[in-house]
Amino acid sequence: MVDIKVDCTGKNCPVPLIEMRKAIRKAANGDVVEITGDHPASKKEIPMAVEALGQELMEVREAGAKWTIRIRKVKE
Amino acid sequence: MTDKTTIIVHSGDMDKIYSALIIGTGSLSMGMEVSMYFTFWGLERLKKGGLEKGPLSKMNMFGLGRWMIKKRMKAAGVEELHKLMADFRELGGKIIACEMTMEVMKISRSDLREDLIDEYGAVGTYVNEARGAQITLFV
Repeated sequence: MVDIKVDCTGKNCPVPLIEMRKAIRKAANGDVVEITGDHPASKKEIPMAVEALGQELMEVREAGAKWTIRIRKVKE
Repeated sequence: MTDKTTIIVHSGDMDKIYSALIIGTGSLSMGMEVSMYFTFWGLERLKKGGLEKGPLSKMNMFGLGRWMIKKRMKAAGVEELHKLMADFRELGGKIIACEMTMEVMKISRSDLREDLIDEYGAVGTYVNEARGAQITLFV
């Protein structure tokens, strides 16, 4: 189900954004990328970046301070 | 056409190099093109072994303030400059070195991290980069 997993727990700005971008670049079309972290701003900024990149935001899940975001790569 | 950010890196201060590289990598992560033009004190940071050497722009206190901020950054999970620079390059960020600064400060290409630099140029190179950019910053 998930093709690439990235854990950014404990990492601050701008690392979660960078790691998301790197993972999307590595992914093949149709792949699902899952990013986990606890940097508060990234929870809303990763979806902003996903929209800017024209990719598909599948899910944003929260458990306390931790969040998990799933993205489907739909274009190169 | 892809949106673009251009940043003039004039300062060599550690905290300002952080700002420039964070905005640069952030722009790349959000799908923009980025070029950074290193000039004056900023160019010192492209010297071999120079990236992490900048003082703090305020409260440096002969390096004490800088040491304290670096310690706090590490505790907060902020990435080191060389890692941000590597990510900037990996995501396709472009780096231009100012030739006038090189002449004035007597810096030769072999003094610089040539592996990081895409182009050597002057104001015309910068203007050509910036004229189609949506974000242009002077740091």
